[in-house]
Order: sequence, then C-alpha cells, then structure tokens
Amino acid sequence: MVSGLINANPIVYEKKERQVRKVTSVPDEYAVEPIDQEEIFDILFSIPFYFPYLILYYVEHVILIFLTFLNHIRDIKDPEHPYSLEELKVITEDAIEVDDERSYVRVTFTPTVEHCSMATVIGLCLRVKLMRSLPSRYKMDIRVAPGTHATEAAVNKQLNDKERVAAALENPNLLDMVDECLAPSYA
Amino acid sequence: MDLLDANLELKEIQKLQGHTDRVWSLAWNPATAAADVPAVFASCSGDKTVRIWEQSPSTRSWDCKAVLEETHTRTVRSCAWSPSGKLLATASFDATTAIWENVGGDFECVSTLEGHENEVKSVSWNASGSLLATCGRDKTVWIWEVMPGNEFECIQVLQGHTQDVKMVLWHPTMDVLFSCSYDNTVKVWWSEDDDGDWSCVQTLGESCHGHSSTVWSLDFNAKGDKLVTCSDDLTLKIWKADIPRMQSGDGYAPWNHLCTLSGYHDRTIFSVHWSSYYCREGIIASGAADDALRLFVQGKDGSMNEPSYQLLLKKKAHDMDINSVQWCPGEKRLLASASDDGTIKVWELATLS
Repeated sequence: MVSGLINANPIVYEKKERQVRKVTSVPDEYAVEPIDQEEIFDILFSIPFYFPYLILYYVEHVILIFLTFLNHIRDIKDPEHPYSLEELKVITEDAIEVDDERSYVRVTFTPTVEHCSMATVIGLCLRVKLMRSLPSRYKMDIRVAPGTHATEAAVNKQLNDKERVAAALENPNLLDMVDECLAPSYA
Repeated sequence: MDLLDANLELKEIQKLQGHTDRVWSLAWNPATAAADVPAVFASCSGDKTVRIWEQSPSTRSWDCKAVLEETHTRTVRSCAWSPSGKLLATASFDATTAIWENVGGDFECVSTLEGHENEVKSVSWNASGSLLATCGRDKTVWIWEVMPGNEFECIQVLQGHTQDVKMVLWHPTMDVLFSCSYDNTVKVWWSEDDDGDWSCVQTLGESCHGHSSTVWSLDFNAKGDKLVTCSDDLTLKIWKADIPRMQSGDGYAPWNHLCTLSGYHDRTIFSVHWSSYYCREGIIASGAADDALRLFVQGKDGSMNEPSYQLLLKKKAHDMDINSVQWCPGEKRLLASASDDGTIKVWELATLS
C-alpha cells in the first residue's frame, strides 16, 4: 500500500495584496449591484475553501481514491501543508472573467502538476461553489488553463457537461467529497 | 401561406409549475393528438418524479393529473410513450427503465428493466411498439422486445460508441435505430433480416461533416427521409437518405450531410424537434443553454439537393437552460419546453394580427 501526496512539493507564490472593499456610507439593501471579478474571487476564497489532496491506495489493481482535506484559507495555516489555492496559483483573480450584464462567468484554473488527477475534482468543486453562490441566471464555464494539463480537452468537456455533473452530484460519495471540500472548518 | 412571409410569434399559453428540480425532458402522448381528445404530455425531472399534464377541455388550462413517484431513486432523465399511448417508459440515473400503464387514470409501474451498469439516459419505442431501445453512460445501447403480459426481454446489447450515449431514437417508419453520443458521433443500427443481429451500419462522425462535440439530440421530419441533429458544438446539422429505396427492399440507404446551421446558438443545443405539420417540410424547433427557443424552416432559395434553412424566429423562453422542446402531435399549433428553472411552458405558434 502506497500513500502520499500527488504533489508533495508545490511551488508557492505570494498572495496578491488586495484592497479592503469600501463600504458605502449608507448601505442600500435594495440596490442591485453588479457582480464583479473580485466578488467571485471572494466567493471562491473568502469563504473557507480547502485544497484537496490525494492519498492513493493501490489495492489489487484498483485505485481507490481517498481524499483528505487540509485547511487552506488565506489566514489559517495547516502546519503540514500550509498553502491555499491562491498561494499555489491554482487559481488567480486574473483567471476569473465575469460579465454581469450577460450573466456570464468563466473560471480558468491551473492544476499544480500536468497529470494532476485532481483536476476534475477541483473543477467540480469550483462549479458547485459557484452554482450555490451565484444567481441562477448565471451561465458558467470552468476550464483548466490552456497547456497546463495532459488531458485538458477531456477534463474541460466533462466539467462542462451538465448531465455528467448532475449525475456526479447524485453520487453520495462524490457529493460528500465536494461538500467536505467546500465546508467551513471548525478546527 | 409561406411561413417566412407570415408574421408569427410564440405566445406563452401557460407556465406549469410543480417539479422541484430541473425538468429534463417531456413527451406528448401520441394517442391524444386528435382534435376531440384532450392533449396529454409527461415530464420528468431531477426531483426523481414524472408528472402527467392534461389540458382541460372546458377551461383549456393545463393541470397536473398524476405524479409518478417513489419508483425511481435518482433523476428521471427521459420519458417516451408507446405508439398506442397506453404505456409510458421512463429512463433514470438509477440504472433502470420503468414501464408505466395507465389504468383508469392511475399510473402503475408494471415493469422495471434492469441491465445498464449505471445512468440510463434515453428510451425510445419503435413505430409498431414491438421494440424498445435504451442507452446510457455505460456506452451501450440495449434493444428490448415487448412480450405479452408487460414482459420485456433484452434481445441485444449494441456496443460501438466510445463514450456515454446521450439519446436513442427509432426511425418513424422503419426499424432502424439511431443513437448519439458524448463521443461526437451519431450511429445508425440496422438488422438486414427480421431475426438477424443488429449492427452499426453507419457512423456520422466529424470526418463526414459531422459534429465536433457531444451530440445531444436528434429527430426526423414527418416523411422520415431527413434527420436533424444538435450538438455542444453550437450547430444543427441536417442529413438526408434515400428512404423510398430502402423501403423497397433495396438494402441500406446511407445518410448524407445536407447542411449545417451555425451562428444561431450561443451555448449548447440540448434539444431539437421537427414538427409534422405546417407546410411540406415542417418546422424545426431547437432549445438551448442560452435559454432561447428557435424555429427554423426550409428557405425559398436553394435547390432540392442543397436546401437552405432559415431562422423563423427566436424567443427567450426560460430563466435557465432549455433541456427539451417538443411539438404537440396532430394539428394543434402547440409547442412545450422544459427547463432547468423547474418549469414547463406551453406555447402556441400564432399569427400576429
């Protein structure tokens, strides 16, 4: 039995400095504010979001994939693997294109290694997070950054086939995994 | 009257609510098409139920007559009525296909077809109602024979697609089966003699002007000599075959690409349906992930061999993706659409006065 991280030594990048959002002096709760790039970034990251990593168990030619999750939000560090999706540059603010007028968002993420088997899971988590957070009028495309994954076209096609996403989310094991991935930490 | 010159609009007759999740598919009962019989259709949903809707003869409004629940344990992806309208088949992500019989207004599940490894995505009856086809994520297409006493026997499992099979549909007059897939192709299955083996006789792929991404749906014109396919590649394609020659027993008539309708849709086209009425060639309706319905007709220019198709109208129809669009059979000018927004809308193609 072998276990270990898929990418044990990730390259870590500095976090981008971000301005604190200005709060309007008289908050108008009825005002309809367009959704912008930063807001989607905040949806994906200000809410605790955990970078899943893999432990692979090889059992009689069957690879069972078990996921454990480390706490990776901007300010909480896990002593073992203290990097967030942002620091690993899996996703950056520039990789989020949003057009509120057309109700469209496209998120481009960069798997940490070219053969990262987690790409589909990361993409599924991103899609579910956005599905649960954005107004239903939104159309979304999730894709891996061009040239960063060995099976880029196949991963993109699967992530954007809503029938396969719907079927995947009816799979209790997969749904648990996604929920765990998106759940806030109480640690 | 030429449709292109007529001032037509799609008028919303009613918005039907009841499903608590996205509505995946709907099917009109073919036996209710006649003018004096109230129209009926079934819809199926991610909420694991099937609903039966009927138009009241007095108020003309649509009501939910039955909810078929507690049989499927996951999404019900598609549904199809037998040609007699007595049986309804429903295909589910729970790997089963259920057969429902209408007994005095109550729907009873009379048979459950098991065999697919996982999600069943589509089900279709042949023209005579003697055969049923199913397909799913396990890349296979199954042909079932309808036996007396609501028994269904699998007579063949067809393998050929390299990815999950999105939809199956029988030809409207002959026992020729069509399947379309995530592998970007449409496959045609045929058995040369009545009790022989079914085999793939043609693959409509990218190398012969086929689609470059998932093919989601297909349909035939009333005569059955033209086929329309729709895809994630944002195009519709029209194909033609010499059906009279095949009907005369002259062997398999291959399908040839006739034209591609591109530049109309902004996102994946999930559904396409060809009306059996209105002028000689009928109207093609498409429903897409851009929330819009579009109607196409054969244009005036273009020859027999190279017809052109023109957009008749576009209608923003739902708040979310449209998954299914179906013309009411017969002469009623009705169209129904099903959406991710959980609603079904019934439309009338009306002439603007």
